[in-house]
Amino acid sequence: MSARVIEIMIESFWKILLPGLIYTIPLAVVSFAIGLVIALFTAIAQVSKTPVLGQISRLYVWIFRGTPLLVQLYIIFYGLPGAGIMIDPIPAAIIALSLNVGSYASESVRAAILSIPTGQMEAGYCAGLTYWQTMYRIILPQAFRVAFPTLGNSFINLIKETSLTANITVMEMFRATQKIVANTYEPLALYCEVAFIYLIFCTVLSRFQSFGEKKLSAKMVVK
Amino acid sequence: MLEIRNLKKTFGDHEVLKGVDVRVEKGDVIAILGPSGSGKTTLLRCMNFLERADSGTMIFDNEEIDLAKITSGQIRQIRKKTGFVFQNYCLFNNKTALQNVTEGLIIGRKMKKEEACRIGKKALDKVGLSDKYDFYPHQLSGGQQQRVGIARAIATDPEVIFFDEPTSALDPELIGEVLGVMKDLAKDGVTMVVVTHEMDFAREVGTQIIFMEQGTVTEENTPEEFFRAPKNERTRQFLRRILEKSAREAAE
Repeated sequence: MSARVIEIMIESFWKILLPGLIYTIPLAVVSFAIGLVIALFTAIAQVSKTPVLGQISRLYVWIFRGTPLLVQLYIIFYGLPGAGIMIDPIPAAIIALSLNVGSYASESVRAAILSIPTGQMEAGYCAGLTYWQTMYRIILPQAFRVAFPTLGNSFINLIKETSLTANITVMEMFRATQKIVANTYEPLALYCEVAFIYLIFCTVLSRFQSFGEKKLSAKMVVK
Repeated sequence: MLEIRNLKKTFGDHEVLKGVDVRVEKGDVIAILGPSGSGKTTLLRCMNFLERADSGTMIFDNEEIDLAKITSGQIRQIRKKTGFVFQNYCLFNNKTALQNVTEGLIIGRKMKKEEACRIGKKALDKVGLSDKYDFYPHQLSGGQQQRVGIARAIATDPEVIFFDEPTSALDPELIGEVLGVMKDLAKDGVTMVVVTHEMDFAREVGTQIIFMEQGTVTEENTPEEFFRAPKNERTRQFLRRILEKSAREAAE
């Protein structure tokens, strides 16, 4: 590796990391938070067999899990203006990412709720609690612990998938790298560099994930 | 106090309960016996609406209710006056022993937290778990979990407590501590309906035995008469089998 390449890599490091900190991470965090709320509502609508809302939730999961994120981004950012709906790149990215991660998280939450023995709900009834009281106070806290590892994986995935928003002109880490490559003609070094930064992000997150898992399983073990 | 008339329940095309009558008076300890598949657990679950009966009548505190038309509001009202102890304990896994007992008081009955804790601790003391308030279910043995289950049921001071094979999931050496607690309750005059395979318990503590077979009550008798001179041939066969089995186990 020539001195010039090393110099470019050192110079670019901050120029890549900064968009990572101000776009990639916030995009992922905000989208995941919204996605979790969507997941919670759609999962509960399905397991509680709420009419209409349950069916809408199933339809939503079916569509957003069954189509590529890149296509969803294109429809929302490039497609919707054709119907008179203009959305800026960052809101468009957040909408697409939240809906996408929400559909996967919805299935994790739904499976986790279903994994809790029916006796827990029955015990709630017998203690004089309503369905929703039992759901909120007994079932969901246990389901959260079950869903935590898969939700953690979804979040790590989401960090990487934010790179797709480069296609709708969001100035996140990957698009920042593309711009530097266009000026310096050093794709191999720079794309490896950005890959390395993604790797760092995800490594830190998976550390948090296993720490959280340990905390949760120490608190309560279900036989 | 509580009466069931002509209760019927079908799962698919299998008729599990073919018109069952049960009468519970205050202070009764009714033991429901019978071979597995006779519908005794289903009957108990129908009495607390964990299963919905297809038809029949319930009279609870002089109020007559058509079981086919009961509303969820009525169900909640009745459930607040009853307790239920499950075969596999069904403690809230994310709550401590004390929280398990107070949950129904604080959330279900809108009681003040301090008051609920006082009652909850008293209930746990009653079942001999005064040193386990803050233990989670997974930190307790099966017998201790079931005693928390009983404390949870008595804390609300119900008019009747239903027990669904409360010792069937327990290791043999832990059965005694749970039956002991139940005997204490019977002495205190707590009204109980118990589905069980524990013949000695039924004989000692029961005020009445109901024997079920293929979805019907085939014999209803006092414990003395039931075990000494059962009226029904099937009952005799059942008892012989059970007693032979326990004699065999005792010999081993």
